[in-house]
Amino acid sequence: MNSWRDKLIYIILVGSASTSILIVVLIFVFLGKEAFSFIWDPGFSELWHTKWIPVSFKKEIFGILPLMTGTLLVTALATLLMIPFGVLGAIYVAELASDSERQILKPFIEILAGVPSVVIGFFGLVVLSPIIKHLFGLNTGLTALTGAILLAFMAIPTVLTVSEDAIQSVPRAFREASLALGANQLQTIFRIIVPAALPGIIAAIMLGVGRVIGETMAVLMVTGNAAKITLNPFDSVRTMTATIAAEMGEVAFGSHHYQALFWIGIFLLIMTFLLNLMAQRVLRKYQMR
Amino acid sequence: MVNNVKTKLASEHVDFFYGSNQALFDIQMKIPENSVTALIGPSGCGKSTFLRMFNRMNDIIPGTHHTGRILFEDDDIYSANTDVVKLRQQVGMVFQKSNPFPKSIFDNITYGPNIHGLKNKKKLEEIVEKSLKGAALWDEVKDRLHESAMGLSGGQQQRLCIARALAVEPQVLLMDEPASALDPKSTAHIEELIGELREKYTIMIVTHNMQQAARVSDYTAFFYEGNLIEQGETTQIFMNPHEQKTEDYVTGRFG
Ligand SMILES: Nc1ncnc2c1ncn2[C@@H]1O[C@H](COP(=O)(O)OP(=O)(O)OP(=O)(O)O)[C@@H](O)[C@H]1O
Ligand SMILES: [Mg+2]
Repeated sequence: MNSWRDKLIYIILVGSASTSILIVVLIFVFLGKEAFSFIWDPGFSELWHTKWIPVSFKKEIFGILPLMTGTLLVTALATLLMIPFGVLGAIYVAELASDSERQILKPFIEILAGVPSVVIGFFGLVVLSPIIKHLFGLNTGLTALTGAILLAFMAIPTVLTVSEDAIQSVPRAFREASLALGANQLQTIFRIIVPAALPGIIAAIMLGVGRVIGETMAVLMVTGNAAKITLNPFDSVRTMTATIAAEMGEVAFGSHHYQALFWIGIFLLIMTFLLNLMAQRVLRKYQMR
Repeated sequence: MVNNVKTKLASEHVDFFYGSNQALFDIQMKIPENSVTALIGPSGCGKSTFLRMFNRMNDIIPGTHHTGRILFEDDDIYSANTDVVKLRQQVGMVFQKSNPFPKSIFDNITYGPNIHGLKNKKKLEEIVEKSLKGAALWDEVKDRLHESAMGLSGGQQQRLCIARALAVEPQVLLMDEPASALDPKSTAHIEELIGELREKYTIMIVTHNMQQAARVSDYTAFFYEGNLIEQGETTQIFMNPHEQKTEDYVTGRFG
């Protein structure tokens, strides 16, 4: 009696824990199934062109390199922007802000976290991109930088909230020990508390980066959608997600173009996978030290 | 307490409040130099609160205040011109629960000297060795100074915390139940260590363990409900207490 109930509970627990494995495998299988035949027709090497011209009277070109550099550029810029704001903001909220300051700050952070990305994209289009255009004297304000700033807006609340939790869960005893040795508050924060919270802070940054890589709508609206290989923040670029979102609706089912879009999906998945791997490496390096 | 020894620390008419809740009542006490003073009394009687007056650790608890004076060699440590950083360098603290930083053994010890401006690697290495020897830990850890302090046993961690406190060359050590979370062997180790440290440092130790107070301390102060009931040489307090309350407590009739 008891034993089959234990068994059932065990099965439910294992099942729940393994769901994510199942889903990842399913996604890979599904993406692979749609993309598979591209490998010999027209050939896997067709993906490594430097141009993405999926619709053409002459020869279609499915080079995903410019889309990858577009994603990498926007992601890298957004990450550079969100780390200082997110992490330093978290340090302020967790360690330095007074209760009343915290009560004002927290709701705004939560509101920002909840703004739909279309709305943020709208804001980027109407407000931010003209500013960028004039500020840097560009022909267009629709640039990688514009997209990166918007993505940072979106990711900062996540980074901030999760980092704040990490900082707040550092045992009080560490603070007391540091202060009792004569350290001041800033020394205690930057030399004891932040290092102790680092695994959590890195996890927070990774969550933010994940959000940035996967975000579609806002970048579709403001990065200018020019698929070219560049590392210049002031160029227009096109990301992998934006490409899928923009073209999936019109593509002919089963065509080479259709399959190429699935390959983009596969590479997105691989990139996030590598990102997680990297995060775990960093984590292991810093833990306990 | 005694007249022919130099007074290192003193408390003059100290009242202490957590918000409106008074935790200490008019405490008068002198702590002689290079000696061990034990603070005893039932739980919640204010021992920790009193101990934390001497390195101003109560400052970090919001909503607290006090009246009266705490003197460190005749200077009022709560006066406006006190340098708290300097004070905490001179008055070190060891906590009830060992709290090494999640860093290497080496970095734990050098943290204090480092924040006080010492960067010279050679000097820091010397300090690490000296402090660990002072805390009777050197032989056990000298081959793994760069491993995490979290890998040490509980007793070793507490001695590391003592070494960390010694590394900034304090004159006073405040110890709040430093052995209460340790096994008998580690406790004996710490007690032995306190015996050695009293040659160079002035030590105040909070303890719930009567035998421990009797073993390690020269002077004992008995607290009850925020009042200092009786203080004197440890032998007198244990053998011949003047107050009925003290006698009841040290003989284990309550507590
Ligand atoms: N942070 C705090 N905020 C409010 N009240 C406190 C705080 N810390 C201690 N108190 C109160 O002050 C009184 C003295 O506490 P204290 O910790 O000094 O006692 P103690 O003698 O060290 O007790 P124990 O032996 O249990 O450690 C108690 O009534 C306690 O509830
Ligand atoms: Mg206590």
